Amino acid sequence: MILGLFYSKIKPAISGYVGVLGLLISTSLSLYTAYNYFFVIAKTEGIYQTIVEKTVWMNFSDSLRIDMGILVDPISVMLLIVVSVISLMVHIYSRGYMKGDPGYTKYFAFLSLFTFSMYGLVLATNLFQIYIFWELVGVSSYLLIGYYYTKESAVAAAKKAFIVTRFADLGFLIGILIIGYYTGTFDFETLNNPEGASILNWASTSFMGLSALTWALILIFIGGAGKSAMFPLHIWLPDAMEGPTPVSALIHAATMVVAGVYLVARLFPMYYFIEDGFALNIVAFVGAFTALFAAVIAITQTDIKRVLAFSTMSQLGYMMMALGVSGYEGHEGLGYMASMFHLFTHAMFKALLFLCAGSVIHAIHSNFLKDMGGLRKYMPVTNITFLIAALAIAGVPPLAGFWSKDEILVAAFEHNKFLYIIGLFVAGLTAFYIFRIYFGIFWGKEGAYQNKPHESPWSMTTPLLILAFLSIVGGFIPFSEFISADKTGFETHINYPLAAIAVFAGLIGIGLSWLFYKKENELADKFANRLGVLFTWAFHKFYFDELYLFVTKKILFNIIARSAARFDKKYVDGTMVGIGNQTVNTSENIKGLQSGKVQDYAFAFIAGAVVLAIIFIYLWTN
Amino acid sequence: MILGISIYEILTVTSILFFIGVYGFITRTNLISILISVELILNASVVNFVVINKYLFPEVLQGVYFSIFIIAVAAAETALAVSIIINLYRQISSVEVKDIETMKY
Amino acid sequence: MERIVFYCLAAVIIVFGIASVTSRKMLRSVIYLSFVLVSIAGIFFLVDYNFLAAIQLTVYAGGIVVLIIFSVLLVHHIEMELEMAKTSKKIVTALACLIGLGVFLTAIYTYDFNVINNSITTTTADIGAGLLSYGAGGFILPFEVISVLLLAAMIGAIVIAKGEKLTEKNNQP
Repeated sequence: MILGLFYSKIKPAISGYVGVLGLLISTSLSLYTAYNYFFVIAKTEGIYQTIVEKTVWMNFSDSLRIDMGILVDPISVMLLIVVSVISLMVHIYSRGYMKGDPGYTKYFAFLSLFTFSMYGLVLATNLFQIYIFWELVGVSSYLLIGYYYTKESAVAAAKKAFIVTRFADLGFLIGILIIGYYTGTFDFETLNNPEGASILNWASTSFMGLSALTWALILIFIGGAGKSAMFPLHIWLPDAMEGPTPVSALIHAATMVVAGVYLVARLFPMYYFIEDGFALNIVAFVGAFTALFAAVIAITQTDIKRVLAFSTMSQLGYMMMALGVSGYEGHEGLGYMASMFHLFTHAMFKALLFLCAGSVIHAIHSNFLKDMGGLRKYMPVTNITFLIAALAIAGVPPLAGFWSKDEILVAAFEHNKFLYIIGLFVAGLTAFYIFRIYFGIFWGKEGAYQNKPHESPWSMTTPLLILAFLSIVGGFIPFSEFISADKTGFETHINYPLAAIAVFAGLIGIGLSWLFYKKENELADKFANRLGVLFTWAFHKFYFDELYLFVTKKILFNIIARSAARFDKKYVDGTMVGIGNQTVNTSENIKGLQSGKVQDYAFAFIAGAVVLAIIFIYLWTN
Repeated sequence: MILGISIYEILTVTSILFFIGVYGFITRTNLISILISVELILNASVVNFVVINKYLFPEVLQGVYFSIFIIAVAAAETALAVSIIINLYRQISSVEVKDIETMKY
Repeated sequence: MERIVFYCLAAVIIVFGIASVTSRKMLRSVIYLSFVLVSIAGIFFLVDYNFLAAIQLTVYAGGIVVLIIFSVLLVHHIEMELEMAKTSKKIVTALACLIGLGVFLTAIYTYDFNVINNSITTTTADIGAGLLSYGAGGFILPFEVISVLLLAAMIGAIVIAKGEKLTEKNNQP
């Protein structure tokens, strides 16, 4: 049942057709797998079985092995669908968007590489395999962000992304090693077993008041936080918008950034049981804080891609928070289910938002809000699809976002009221900033357009329409039947009061932005001036970039990097050059053997014969 | 056999002569001197053959025949060596060893 | 009686051998060589190989030494002193030779030669018969080969030593 051909390999494509074809195959395979898994094989004893195929790769000891394999279980199948569908949409879209770009082939090769890495990550059977693909994803995103390699800002952004996530991965690796050491295995199946040794014995070793395993889980979460742009490792995500917009859609809306969430979800039983979920609390608070932080900044930004980037950060914060407030058994596992559900729906509408933004940017050749306005007359398809996505993210029923966001808020309400309040506030802010840019782009006074902007070609609008459709119907999938923390399904019911409050918050946000932005007026600016310094701070993303830059430049570069460079130059290079010089000197010295003098040769001959004679006589007498 | 002389003494003499020839071959700087040293070496080997034939195998004469051949060959070789030396002298007007090191690195 | 003769001859061989190899003057080196060769002929007389001794005297002491003297006169200033090699080279070579000599002597003295005492006198007729016999133990083939070799050597020597001038003379008219 498990097909080996989930992996798109890098193809030296001559045209985008090959790339799209590869993705079509992968997508259909993943859909087929999902169908098989959920409906045909379905539950045995009420639990979805985890199916694992693996081969031993490296053996450290009997139990500590690193295998390579494929793990099929509810969340991995779901993510497979997400990755393939979104990637397929992006491939089709890119054929239109990147037309005429000189690096067309390279672009599709990178996209395929990225999709492959993502598949590997999702299907990993153990911590080490997921780490390998984690790094691969990081590399491919570096390649894609820095795709416009002639632009210096793009190159810097790519480097920043890679370095920040690399730094987080350091924590990840240490966490992996600690887990491997204390539990003796990397395998997910063994680790996640609630009756297994690793979970039952969590209290056996402790370090500074917390179990060693808790530290490991916190460290792994740091790795996930880097990839998912949680505070304070978020600085790379806004700058990563330097890449082409379809890349932003693929990587930063739907797939790479959810890798962190996926990691925590994958290890969820460990997080829940160990130290009574201490690490889980940290996850929840970091997630909530990030959501709030990002939403506040998003209100002030003028570059539409940056607004969307901060929006992504905020939604990721939601997902992390949902995981954090989740329980385990059956209905208690609402947060887990809600997080995965939100991941699914968010992928749809965020990708749609990005692709629409790309369509707009393609028409106007500028990213900035002030250059846009009144586009609804020229780009009707984009207008409608953007509106659908904006409504979805604001949580308006019956679109997909409402269902998933509502479940998150319910889970938060049942666990911790404070987090619920934050979640609600962020929901309102989300609606506000999304409609701010919606009105800014499509309504209001027309910007100064040099040529009349035209609607995008059908290769770009088709994915928009497909994703819009999915955003609408996606909410109706009875997700909880399929995905839950302990792999049994459960029924969810709508909690009407809470749902109503959430919708109300969203509507307030929409209303406010209507007031401020639908028609061109002074209200927004006056409000901003009233808020004064707070506004400036938010606008400059709370100066975090400057802080990090200062620390790294002054301290790290000067002290550590310079001395390392000097050491390298003197000693390491010196050794290599020295070996070369030695060889030359030796050859100079033994050149004399080839003297051309017969007498010297004769001498060597005689001496050699004598030596041989001595040896043989010595041996002979013995 | 020579009455009263054991084989060991004769073989000692020839060995000494052999190594005198080797020493001369390696040490001398003049081509003709090298030729002379080669003659010494060859003579030592001739005496060796003869003595062993006489002392150990007196009824056969292979040693003698071989010695005749060695002498003949030595003569031919010397003749050719001299002609080469004369030719060389015509080219470079010298018969010193240090002037013919053209096969150096 | 023979012992004394032998020891004299041996002394002559060794002393004049060393002298020949270390002499500074060319001609003296050749003369010392001829002394060595004659002494070796004497040894041959002592072991009753008269024919071989005669050959030695004729070919070696007569022919080869004369040849070498002629070449010396052709290419050399007689009165010039020969250069000797560097001292370091001499010492190293001497050392190597001494070690080699040691090896030889060790090999010789540790071996038991089963000496057969006899007094057979070989006549020239015996040598001739053996050289030209076709049967087993005959040396007719090497004999013929040697004659071819000598022919080749003669021709080769003439060609090599002929040099440029004679050929130019032949090519001119």
